Amino acid sequence: MSGHSTYEPKTGIERWLDTRLPIVRFAYDTALSFPTPKNLNYWWTFGGILALMLGIQLVTGIVLAMHYVPHVDYAFASVERIMRDVNYGWLIRYMHANGASMFFLAVYLHIIRNLYYGSYKAPREVLWILGCLIYLAMMATAFIGYVLPWGQMSFHGAVVITNLFGALPIIGGPITTWLWGGFAVDNPTLNRFFSLHYLLPFVIAGLVVLHIWALHVPGNNNPTGVNVKSEKDTVPFHPYYTVKDGFAIAVFLLLYASFVFYNPNVLGHADNYIPANPLVTPAHIVPEWYFLPFYAILRAVPDKLGGVLLMFGAIATLFILPWLDTSKVRSMRYRPQAKLYFWIFVLAALVLGYCGGQLPDDPVIAQPSGLLLLDADINSFVWLSRVATLYYFAYFWIILPVLGLTEKPLPVPESISEPVLSHPATTPAGATASPEKRG
Amino acid sequence: MGATPDPHAPGDDPSRRDFIHIAAGAAAVGAVGALAWPLVDQMNPAGDTLALASIEFDLGKVEPGQQVVVKWRGKPLFVRNRTPEQIAAAVKDDHAQLRDPATDESRHKPGKAEWLILIGTCTHLGCVPTVGGGDYGGWFCPCHGSHYDTSGRIRKGPAPKNLVVPDYVFLSDTKIKVG
Repeated sequence: MSGHSTYEPKTGIERWLDTRLPIVRFAYDTALSFPTPKNLNYWWTFGGILALMLGIQLVTGIVLAMHYVPHVDYAFASVERIMRDVNYGWLIRYMHANGASMFFLAVYLHIIRNLYYGSYKAPREVLWILGCLIYLAMMATAFIGYVLPWGQMSFHGAVVITNLFGALPIIGGPITTWLWGGFAVDNPTLNRFFSLHYLLPFVIAGLVVLHIWALHVPGNNNPTGVNVKSEKDTVPFHPYYTVKDGFAIAVFLLLYASFVFYNPNVLGHADNYIPANPLVTPAHIVPEWYFLPFYAILRAVPDKLGGVLLMFGAIATLFILPWLDTSKVRSMRYRPQAKLYFWIFVLAALVLGYCGGQLPDDPVIAQPSGLLLLDADINSFVWLSRVATLYYFAYFWIILPVLGLTEKPLPVPESISEPVLSHPATTPAGATASPEKRG
Repeated sequence: MGATPDPHAPGDDPSRRDFIHIAAGAAAVGAVGALAWPLVDQMNPAGDTLALASIEFDLGKVEPGQQVVVKWRGKPLFVRNRTPEQIAAAVKDDHAQLRDPATDESRHKPGKAEWLILIGTCTHLGCVPTVGGGDYGGWFCPCHGSHYDTSGRIRKGPAPKNLVVPDYVFLSDTKIKVG
């Protein structure tokens, strides 16, 4: 932890415990007195929201596991029993299913915040990589969890995703057989998926501990991207950010509750309320919304192995981002050009998400143009996906490396406090720079 | 003291110590590996899964132009009774540009051109193609848009291979055994 501890045990019991297991000191230093930049905006509240969502998923998941049966003959029925017969089962399952979506919504906003404010840059590379690992583990957990109800989308989603590994030369076949535990997705697959779905959230929890540890070594980045220069630039985490995070959590829970109570199935697919049938694939098979951008990248490539490699490459690229971005300036507040490319990147990611939910050969606007480029009409979602995929990779591999060398950034403030104090409108007479000492 | 230490004193010989370290390390690695393998291999198909029997199927139930889907080893098996037009269309394309070249003749038993027996999973990512769809009148995969012709050969879309012909034999004129 940065700085020395300010914890003072007040009672005899606390002093006794502090010399044996300084756990109260640890909690105090980490969660209460931790010096935090005083200019964090609401984009910094998603860490707390994510921690809460992980907690909700763990608790609701452990409860659901008390009623769920991981067997191809009983899984679907046991989920329906949870919905109809188990006391409050409907609420717990809807919280869990929509909780996954909310978890991803928060993690995407958290990642976007990172990209905009350059939080992944030195000295926070390990923090960023741990975050990428958490995201990867989340994707694995969510995919496996979606298989468990054993509906049509569950089953055929599992078939498609496990077959991705079959694209690998030579080892592809044995690996898919090993993953399935048979010659097709079947009962052994469902059994091991249940086991892993129970395990992975605890792996995520472990990674979160490391993530927070790695955060507390350099401390938080902030909207200016400028390092904390002195204690004047910080406020203690409690009560300033416990209150701010608390407010953000309350707002976020409103959104979450509106899904759970008013439209609990809108983010899912009706086909998943049909029991799995290995002999019939649903006409329009799509993953959950949070995987759609990667699904669009997979389908953009007319080659099986190429599509799979590009899709995994889209995630692998994130891991080395700290070394691809050559700019010394962290925050895009002071990078006018990078800011433009950044928002185009966000747009490209949203376009990919939209394309992932459409049929590849359908026209994007009105009627097909009739102009065939390579294998598809130029007015088709597959071509729109290709353009957006190209931008996705170009942003990380070309734009960020080059821009860091060519762009002339705006003047960066001396310290976190400087832009606030030098702004006449925000400095009324008598106001001073230490809000934590007042009121 | 002060003399040069005896290089042959017990326990002090560097080469002897290295040997013990390397041997102990190798034994530990070997033991961990030997323990890890059962934990990895347990995920491979179990004995009862491997023991899945072959199936017999009576072709008399399938009308010309019709396809019947049977479950075999957890996967769908297509049994299609092709019409003369469908066979002709397949033979005509034997020398067209094919991604996975194969003649129609190589995909059915001799003298049984009407019977096409295929594993009904798309060679792209394993979805079940729908019969009669696509640009070539064979099968169309709804997942990622692969088109197969009436011989089950890949013609368009992301799939790399033709639909797979399983091992099967004709037991009589109207009965086959798959597997």
